[in-house]
Amino acid sequence: MSNETKQQASYRGSHVQIVDDENTYVWPKKVQPEIKKLIAKYPKGREASAVIPLLKIAQNTFDGWLPTGLMNLVAETLSMPPVRVYEVASFYDMFYTKPVGKHIVRVCTNVSCMVRGCYKVLSEIEDELGMKAGTTSEDGLVTLEEFECLGACCEAPMMMIDDHYHTSLTGDKARELMKRIKDGDAPAEATK
Amino acid sequence: MTENNQVTLTINGKEVQAEKGTPIIEAARQNGIEIPHFCYHKRLSVPANCRMCLVEIKGAPKPTPSCYTPVMQDMEVHTDSPVAKKAQKGVMELLLINHPLDCPICDQGGMCDLQDMAVGYGSDRSHYQEEKRAVEDKNLGPLIRTVMTRCIHCTRCIRFATEVAGVPEMGATGRGENMKVGTYVEKALESELSGNMIDLCPVGALCSKPYSFTARPWELEHTDSIDTMDGLGSAVRVYHRGGKVMRIDPIENNEINEEWLSDAGRFSYDGLGRNRLTTPMLRKNGKLSECGWPQAFEAIKEAVAKAKPATTMGLAGEQLSAEDLFSFNAFMKQTLKTDNVDARHDGSTVTAGPRAKYVFGGGVQSVDKADLVLLVGSDPRLEAPVLNARIRKNVMNNGLKVLSVGAHSDLTYPVETAENTAQVIEQIAAGEHKFSKLLEKAERPMIIVGAKATLARKDAPQLFHKLHHIADAYGVVTKAWYGFNVLNVSSTRVAALDLEVYPEQKGKDTDGILTALKGGKVDLLVLYGEGNTHIPVADLEGAKTTIFIGTHKSAYAHLADIVLPSATYTEKSALWVNTEGRVQEGKKAVNPPMQAKEDWKIFRALSGELGKALPFDSQQQLRALMIKKAPVLEQVGELVTPTWEKFGVAGKVKNEAFELPIQQFYKTNAIMRASQVMDESQELAEARKAAQQTKKAS
Amino acid sequence: MATKQPHTLKPEDKIFPNLDGSGDWTIKGYQKRGGYKGLEKILKMKPAEIIDQLKASALRGRGGAGFPTGMKWSFMPPAGDKPNYLVVNADESEPGTCKDRDILLYDPHTLVEGIIVGCHTLGAKASYVYVRGEYVDEADHLQQAIDEAYKAGFLGKNIMGTKVDVDIHVHMGAGAYICGEETALLESLEGKKGQPRMRPPFPAGFGLYGCPTTINNVETVAQVPPILKKGVEWWTQFGRPNNHGTKIFSVSGAVNKPINIEAPMSISLKDLIEKHAGGVIGGWDNLLGVIPGGSSTPLLSAEQCENVLMDFDALREEGTGLGTAAVIVMNKDTDILRVMSRISRFYKHESCGQCTPCREGVGWVWRLMDRLSQGDGTKEELDQLFDVTKKIEGHTICAFADGAMWPVQGVLRHYRPLFEQRIKEHAAKKDIKVKSA
Ligand SMILES: Cc1cc2nc3c(=O)[nH]c(=O)nc-3n(C[C@H](O)[C@H](O)[C@H](O)COP(=O)(O)O)c2cc1C
Ligand code: SF4
Ligand code: FES
Repeated sequence: MSNETKQQASYRGSHVQIVDDENTYVWPKKVQPEIKKLIAKYPKGREASAVIPLLKIAQNTFDGWLPTGLMNLVAETLSMPPVRVYEVASFYDMFYTKPVGKHIVRVCTNVSCMVRGCYKVLSEIEDELGMKAGTTSEDGLVTLEEFECLGACCEAPMMMIDDHYHTSLTGDKARELMKRIKDGDAPAEATK
Repeated sequence: MTENNQVTLTINGKEVQAEKGTPIIEAARQNGIEIPHFCYHKRLSVPANCRMCLVEIKGAPKPTPSCYTPVMQDMEVHTDSPVAKKAQKGVMELLLINHPLDCPICDQGGMCDLQDMAVGYGSDRSHYQEEKRAVEDKNLGPLIRTVMTRCIHCTRCIRFATEVAGVPEMGATGRGENMKVGTYVEKALESELSGNMIDLCPVGALCSKPYSFTARPWELEHTDSIDTMDGLGSAVRVYHRGGKVMRIDPIENNEINEEWLSDAGRFSYDGLGRNRLTTPMLRKNGKLSECGWPQAFEAIKEAVAKAKPATTMGLAGEQLSAEDLFSFNAFMKQTLKTDNVDARHDGSTVTAGPRAKYVFGGGVQSVDKADLVLLVGSDPRLEAPVLNARIRKNVMNNGLKVLSVGAHSDLTYPVETAENTAQVIEQIAAGEHKFSKLLEKAERPMIIVGAKATLARKDAPQLFHKLHHIADAYGVVTKAWYGFNVLNVSSTRVAALDLEVYPEQKGKDTDGILTALKGGKVDLLVLYGEGNTHIPVADLEGAKTTIFIGTHKSAYAHLADIVLPSATYTEKSALWVNTEGRVQEGKKAVNPPMQAKEDWKIFRALSGELGKALPFDSQQQLRALMIKKAPVLEQVGELVTPTWEKFGVAGKVKNEAFELPIQQFYKTNAIMRASQVMDESQELAEARKAAQQTKKAS
Repeated sequence: MATKQPHTLKPEDKIFPNLDGSGDWTIKGYQKRGGYKGLEKILKMKPAEIIDQLKASALRGRGGAGFPTGMKWSFMPPAGDKPNYLVVNADESEPGTCKDRDILLYDPHTLVEGIIVGCHTLGAKASYVYVRGEYVDEADHLQQAIDEAYKAGFLGKNIMGTKVDVDIHVHMGAGAYICGEETALLESLEGKKGQPRMRPPFPAGFGLYGCPTTINNVETVAQVPPILKKGVEWWTQFGRPNNHGTKIFSVSGAVNKPINIEAPMSISLKDLIEKHAGGVIGGWDNLLGVIPGGSSTPLLSAEQCENVLMDFDALREEGTGLGTAAVIVMNKDTDILRVMSRISRFYKHESCGQCTPCREGVGWVWRLMDRLSQGDGTKEELDQLFDVTKKIEGHTICAFADGAMWPVQGVLRHYRPLFEQRIKEHAAKKDIKVKSA
């Protein structure tokens, strides 16, 4: 092959994607009023302000994470360039751009919790769930994460299960909560 | 500039003056002091995030970014004090800890800001012993190759795409040390200006894909020239090695292209080498086969002998310089004695006369000052992407209002678009359209008329008459402001009109020639260069003998019985007249391939063979004659504002839409059509359009 | 060292009497405790008068930097073509800090009333409260409180006939410490990544949506109405000059009773720990060191803890800061080097990434801290670590990087011998390994 044809071959035939996600999403009827209300909080022309709340709704309404197509839906709803939405989604810790489990368990391992034994609690949790922090269980039930300070330092150690805080943890209490998740009875409100 | 606009300060103990508001980094540069920097770029917003340009300012508690901080009266700046040096060295070291330091295999090697500054401001040894970060690469299409591990997160590419190109497809995703610059998704870039990000990237993270691994900078020679892919005439530097063009980059010209270049101008150069006509050819037994110049000339002599001037015709196409056009015109009219000549292959009937009706007379730079633009049959994004970026800049910075009558793509800024029919122009002229009020209110209104979608219309005289009226009525052209601008896509058209490359007496124009061809009434057809896509090549069939003088083995060449190989724009020194009517000189970078010759030499030699030698033996003589014919061509480099005279013919315009001026952006001329890189870009653009349509439909 | 300050507040002097959550947090409870009483009178005061009183009170911001609030509010131009905004910073993410959470949960109306007064003073008709994304229940309480206040006529148009209009919107973040930095917060609120802006322009001139904006911490805003109602004199009886008032201290870590407690400013650290937080686990003598104001403030050694007062100036004199008054206590059972390395990991995780020194350097510092805290390294690397912190500190857009470097410099200052000891032990272990192999 001559040098020239080789060079051409190197970018010919290379696979370039045209559309970023095959899937297109639409907002289900039931969340539409909420979306409207959220956008209305911000002045006209400043709809982009609603990007975080909308990504949250998107994440919660669908599969708990944000595939590209879903971010594109948010971009379209708010008339934002898609890449600006990708930037936001990848910047904040509470958004997931890869699949996650049905429940998310975030164990704070920052200073105050560390001083009060969070790593011991975490290892009990890992043991109970049979998985390591930073992973999702094989059955897709739980994603377990070490999290930065969650702002409940005077009730350390603590963790967050889905939307709620569980504070003043002991190994036993943490195990108890994990059992509930496994039994399909994940706590829907905070415990102290 | 008035005195009180100036402040006095000291930089490194030297007293200097600078205009109020100037960033320290620019004031220093104006005084010969370079402050190292990465994120700062004078044509982009200033994020001050690389922190390389830190300097010491007396009284400030911390080192200060000189890119962000404006000069102030009595400021005392130190760019090389121990504090400043320490800050700069520290930042440099931190920049390098995650950089792969793979200069030996990097395309940017030898022209890398990081490399240069590491030598100047780095320490000899890094203390960093931890693991380096690696970043995966994404395929961004055929134009840009990424090596993102080299990225230093200056965000210039992101700001360019967002601010200048207006196609925000680059971003920085992730956070902290995991922040990645790119498109996030794998997808081909959509902007027609994407290549500029390569120039802006201070390291080798964004490279030219076609250029990759083909040469090292120091092996290349370079020649400054003029881009001919559109009518703007952007300043370019052509890099070459061993007679081959290896790379084309823009050079700065504030009056035209600032420092940008469209992807067509930058990446079509592979088309200079592909499918070239390299020897004369003759049709024998129905097949074109190579021959020498003497045989070809012999064959032409025979054909000319058999043809009467009345049945001899000539059409000139695209990408021809003023010299090319002049010598062709002279050859047809003087040597072959025919007036059946036309360079307006789009069928337009506009002729020289008031230049105002076919040039962008206010100049590209005047776009910065307009407060309202009315586009008429123009899509500047496709016709001249760099001009479009300029319009966009004004929209973004000053809220320029843009109105449009005609078909256009997404212009990257808000546009108020009227119904697409020429009658709207009539309504505006009559003061009956909502645009009329807006025009009235504007202080410096500008009209941009797309040459392609307007001049070829049958009602062009009436349309232009109306436009002239609008210009007068709404202060588009006044003593202080010239805002009537015609945008030519073609790098040839203005010169062709200036030099009257059309029937000057009663000869046939393009339409006449096509009719004659259809009727079998043409003995000899001289096709010079390739037209645009207006005329289906099949319509050019039918002459007894067809001569093609051109650069590429395209369908045009296949029409011909005799083929003569000529030179592309990089292979000749020539004058080019851009859409502003500005004359610019492009310099010859390489020789025409093999037996191909510079165009004027072909016509001169051929005219001699035919016994009616053209009266010039050198390019100098040619230019002198040419300037005699069109004196305006003498003013090289200058913008000549046209005199505002009457043009057009009173009458009704047709109730007809303006067509989209360009269907296939990446294939607008012979070189682009021969370019594989452009091919692939076009394919992607079309696939994208199709995908968007199906998405919309679903 | 100044004289010792009283360590408790009388119940009626507390601005957040329900901070412990023992009472009713709804509007009923709040009004029973005297809430919204006197609001009408304040709304009839001229903004300039209010600002004068705040200046006289010397109230300093509770979000960490301690900037005088009266002065900050005086920077706001009167409302013009563009609206003015009051933005409340409830991002509370500085490790150790958890006071705003309890305000939102147990006394949200203090904030609502503060916002009403703030908006009136600043010429703002709308306020956004930026609540960290994880505070779901907290934001819920706040929203309920807002709804109640609308119903009771304390929010909305023409409040109590005073011609003051105030709307409050709760805006939630999604997990990024940097969004507590005020300009990053504004960016985030505008729908972008939370990356701090260069200053100038300052938010007072060009803030949210390019409009004049004041940003204050939850606690700061909530403290304004009581100051105006009870008077400057009442306020200045607490704490030393320039540090006046009451303050919530979050005492966490190795104490017997971790607690959020509102106490007088300038309380002594020892009193705070001993009298309010049940004392150091294992007794005062078991104290190893204290982070006095959230993770960004350098450590105090046990020795320094003996007499130090908890206020802005006293702690600055000790080479650290009051920060958010998040007191993290470590006793001798704590591996202090590991804790500090964990803090470095936090900063590595939270850097927004725009400035080179911060993006590249904070990770380097963490990696060095991680190795050196385990003794895996050399003494020279301890110097190098210090050096790297100096390459980062003071070279960035926002104060995050400084806050990330100070604790490292602090631990090197006070605990270098411990590092060296670990390095020695580690080398010895390696030696044994090499020998036995
Ligand atoms: C990295 C960083 C994080 C911050 N986080 C917070 C925060 O979570 N809450 C807060 O009120 N202030 C925070 N601040 C301080 C704010 O920038 C700002 O000074 C404060 O909100 C002003 O309010 P104040 O004057 O009432 O203290 C942070 C500052 C920095 C540099
Ligand atoms: S110092 Fe760090 S957090 Fe602050 S702006 Fe710079 S990179 Fe972002
Ligand atoms: S050039 Fe000034 S901070 Fe980058």
